[in-house]
Amino acid sequence: MHSSLGTDAKLSRRVLQDRLFKLILVGVALGVVLLLTTIIGFVIQQGISVINWSFFTHLPQPPGASHSGILNAILGTLMLTVLASLISIPVGIWCGVAMAEHPLHPLVKWAQVSVDGIQSIPSILFGIMAYLWVVVPMGQFSAVSGAVALSMIMLPIVIRAVEEAVRRVPTTMREASLALGVSPFRTTIKVVIPCALNGILTGSLLGVSRISGETAPLLFTAFGSPFLVISIFQPVQSMPILIYNYATSPYADWQQIGWGASLVLILFCFVLSVGTRWVFKR
Amino acid sequence: MTDRWFKIGLLVAPAFLITLVGGMAFTLMWGASSSFQQAGWGFYTQLTWDPVHHVYGGGVFILGSVVTTLLALCLAIPVALAIGLFTGYYFTTGPIAVMSQWVLDLLASVPSVIFGFWGLMVMVPAVRNIEMWLGVAPYGVGLFSGSVVLATMMIPLTASLIRESVATVSAELKEGALALGATPLEVVRHIVWPISLPGIGSAIMLGFGRAIGETMAVTMVVGNANHLPTHLFDPTNTIASLIASEFGETSDPVVVAHLIHLGLILLALSLAAGMLGRYIIRKQS
Repeated sequence: MHSSLGTDAKLSRRVLQDRLFKLILVGVALGVVLLLTTIIGFVIQQGISVINWSFFTHLPQPPGASHSGILNAILGTLMLTVLASLISIPVGIWCGVAMAEHPLHPLVKWAQVSVDGIQSIPSILFGIMAYLWVVVPMGQFSAVSGAVALSMIMLPIVIRAVEEAVRRVPTTMREASLALGVSPFRTTIKVVIPCALNGILTGSLLGVSRISGETAPLLFTAFGSPFLVISIFQPVQSMPILIYNYATSPYADWQQIGWGASLVLILFCFVLSVGTRWVFKR
Repeated sequence: MTDRWFKIGLLVAPAFLITLVGGMAFTLMWGASSSFQQAGWGFYTQLTWDPVHHVYGGGVFILGSVVTTLLALCLAIPVALAIGLFTGYYFTTGPIAVMSQWVLDLLASVPSVIFGFWGLMVMVPAVRNIEMWLGVAPYGVGLFSGSVVLATMMIPLTASLIRESVATVSAELKEGALALGATPLEVVRHIVWPISLPGIGSAIMLGFGRAIGETMAVTMVVGNANHLPTHLFDPTNTIASLIASEFGETSDPVVVAHLIHLGLILLALSLAAGMLGRYIIRKQS
């Protein structure tokens, strides 16, 4: 007897193929995910041994000296991210609102292409641009130039988030405000932006988490420094540059400090990116 | 009055963005102009980069970037597909899926310099052992190491994009096929695969665009040798690594112009991949 599914032999072959495929797929997927987990595990295992209070409160020391810390890199990264945010969050809100308000304007269509374009630019090229725009005219490496490079990476992330959030504000809210005689400008400031605030904050924090680990654009802008720098017109150390320098150094104790800094940086990026997504989802 | 300014301001914003991109393009073109004039088209075929003898060719780095990235893609795609199907079709809910997604999100947020550090300290010694076993020069760093680190970094991103695309396949179609007696494998092959193919294609293109511009992790493990790789384990160099290691070191305006010229080529490759990826998505929707 032949069923519409074919013979029993054919059926069992199909079932066997299905089982085999699932087995291989699950094996590969779980195997690789486990392997990738070991990378994180390795950073934690190496990094945790050097992290203590003085790790956060001391400056880097020469190889072999005790009480080496990463204070200047932490402060430098904070300085760079704050400066970059001061540039890209206001500009990003301005551009994002504009693009959400007039989605069909021809200028906006070209601006969309521009934002897509900025997002595809490899991050090292922002370093070259900031070098030509800021470092060459100023005559030296500086925190400002690094912040300019980072702000260009952050800008499209903020714009996209703001645009998305503003579009999601119900038209009825806007119309209600306009019907009450409120001017379009005040409607945007008092109704649209507050309604979109969650999205704007999420985008900004995601942008910060993205740039806080960026290394390449800082190589020839913020450059790095062994000292505690407070001026924004001086070369400044940052977490990623410190990790790069210490990772490629031949000294075992410097490499160990690099692992400690890596762990701190991963935690920082992770808490920002996953934390914001988790908090603002509700 | 404020409303008038507000309206103008809203139109100035897109104009500003267009000008910004134009300014970026102009800056790079202007910075590379002397390289265009001096090297011309020969820059693409010249395979020697020798600043001491003033011979500058970009061929090695262009090929190095493309080969490293393609090799990384070959390593990453099968794995990303497996993970994408695993979390997007077979295990969409449950603790294993949630844990896997959590790990992928975590890895996607890890800065590339840390992948490079891991590559240098864990993977390079392992590759060196493989090389000794195979009987090739045991540098550890090289084309293979660079590609493996790149693939490792690409997997979380491409797998997440593939999962999104696989998960959008409508439940009715899948359940309909299952109800007609298809095995899950046949559902994957005849329904999930054709429907999500554009999404998978665009995920791969976006992964390529991201990977070719990736700098730090590759710089640390690719070997920074300015010649074409003759075999899989040979040290070589990529455009991004060359810029990272030479741009800050040189004060010679000729070298700077050539490096910016290479940067423009990198930009063109990355833009082409990004545009193709977005085009595929747009065509689908």
